[in-house]
Amino acid sequence: MSEIKLENLKKSFGKTEVIHDLSINVKDGELIVIVGPSGCGKSTLLRMVAGLEDANEGNIIIDGKKVNELEPMERNIAMVFQNYALYPHMSVFGNMAYGLKIAKISKDEINSRVQKAADILELGELLERKPSQLSGGQRQRVAMGRAIVRNPVAFLFDEPLSNLDAKLRVQMRLEIKKLQTQLKTTSLYVTHDQVEAMTLADRMIVMNDGNVEHIGTPLEVYTKPRTLFTAQFIGSPAMNILKGECQKEQISLSNGAKLKVNSNHTGKVNIGLRPEDFTLDENGPIKLKVELVELIGANTLIHGKLENSDEVLVASIAGVLNENKIGKNINLSFPNDKLHLFDTRTDLRIN
Amino acid sequence: MVEKKKTGYWLTHAGLIIGVMFIFFPVWLTFVASTVTQEAIIQPPLPLLPGGEFFENYANALFKGGKEGYGSNEPVINMLINSAIMALGITFGKLTISLLSAFAIVYFRFPFRKTCFWLIFITLMLPVEVRIVPTYEVVANLNLLNSYSGLIFPLIASATATFLFRQFFMTIPNEMVEAARMDGCSPMRFFKDILLPISKTNIAALFVILFIYGWNQYLWPLLMTTDPAMKTIVIAIDGMIPTGDDFGHWPTIMATAILAMLPPVIVVISMQKFFVKGLLESDK
Repeated sequence: MSEIKLENLKKSFGKTEVIHDLSINVKDGELIVIVGPSGCGKSTLLRMVAGLEDANEGNIIIDGKKVNELEPMERNIAMVFQNYALYPHMSVFGNMAYGLKIAKISKDEINSRVQKAADILELGELLERKPSQLSGGQRQRVAMGRAIVRNPVAFLFDEPLSNLDAKLRVQMRLEIKKLQTQLKTTSLYVTHDQVEAMTLADRMIVMNDGNVEHIGTPLEVYTKPRTLFTAQFIGSPAMNILKGECQKEQISLSNGAKLKVNSNHTGKVNIGLRPEDFTLDENGPIKLKVELVELIGANTLIHGKLENSDEVLVASIAGVLNENKIGKNINLSFPNDKLHLFDTRTDLRIN
Repeated sequence: MVEKKKTGYWLTHAGLIIGVMFIFFPVWLTFVASTVTQEAIIQPPLPLLPGGEFFENYANALFKGGKEGYGSNEPVINMLINSAIMALGITFGKLTISLLSAFAIVYFRFPFRKTCFWLIFITLMLPVEVRIVPTYEVVANLNLLNSYSGLIFPLIASATATFLFRQFFMTIPNEMVEAARMDGCSPMRFFKDILLPISKTNIAALFVILFIYGWNQYLWPLLMTTDPAMKTIVIAIDGMIPTGDDFGHWPTIMATAILAMLPPVIVVISMQKFFVKGLLESDK
């Protein structure tokens, strides 16, 4: 059982620094999801932990041991790749057993370990098949089997579900979650899909441009995003950001509308409003000129502009909007305890 | 596009059949000539159907050679063995060297890697015919004339095969290498356990091409084998052709020609399946 500690990691490719001074503590048995837009350095980070890339500075500590100089295999971790990276000429059994064979583990032990992993993953009947004879989901499971048989101190997942279709992705997501809860192996999971991140993570790390924006449980990240970036990245549709000014527990929006707020902050702020927190209310303070209405089924997305302003707003209203509101004004109210305030200079959360 | 009408069907087939006949007729004549007596060949018209001397002529060619005035000085079976050793030596040598050098160029970052690649690539412009004088000098100084090593080594490096394997290796996803590293694979183990099996069909396809290349070598063996016992079969046919006042024993010569043709044909037919797969298959 093991912890992964990353201390002041830095990584550059040539002159471009892609990871700037990053520190993370992954607790024993925890599943941490690293999420961020493409190019934010999340895969590089994972590959540094795996030992496939060298860190320029900082320490990688697995299980209390500094592993910066160790080969991937000596770190005793297993990795699941996005395109599975199965050996096409080996059977499922061969794929799972290959690492063990190199480690010179006895035949009986290999057999029993592969059998056990195959049972967990329901691959028992496929052991003799070649990867080309398997479906995407099955290949994914073999890739996981290859990780399990080694009894690693940690699993690393590099966007493992990106190559699957939407339905299978949901199913495999559940399976990974179940498996991880069952095995209690410390895991790092990289994805750009926020739903995956929210559903899988014990804690999640939101990364942007080589920096950590927020570390916290999915609920924390959703309800109390630490930075403006996190606020906009997590949640779908994305959070609305409006300009406003705070004074005496009141905010005035750019069109003069006023909202109550539980904060003593004074001065200019960015206001974050989640689309799903709006409610239709004839007396609501926010007037919206509707430009587009999207029906999703369970709810309705209303796109529009603030009255007398250029600021764009999206509201997600439960149920179906019956009247045709396009071109007309609607009034919305917003619960003041769900307002998110961000500093205009540092982009950090205020309330 | 694809013509489904009957006339089109017959026309294409007629065209193909005529083409095959054009190619096959000389081969057929050679075969017929190898099964009749010397007299039957010398008198016009040329026979078009096989005669009854098949076993005698082939036995003569294989085991007696020119000992009874048939033109060649050595039993052809020796030459077949010489050719086989040379062709197989060249083939396996080329495959080994090009696989290893492609492996080095694709998977290792060493200084002057690009330079090495281009140096190999430039040798495409230097086939043995171009460098034959210096090569002869080197081989002669190494005392390798009239030896199998001398026949094989100057022809053993192949830029084409290196290039083909390099292109193939570069299509193998990087994750495969990384997965192998995570599995604790050493580089040579990766080469042996993963790269070689994946390249199987490519190797088979190249084997066919390189074997035929080696078997058909003419200029180099002609130049460097002076000892009749070291001659290859392609040279042997040449040596049997009568010059000056000689008559030559044509059935034996023709039998030798057929014998010289057989091994490449066998190789092509037996490896046809892999050959086509290796040239077409890109599914990994």
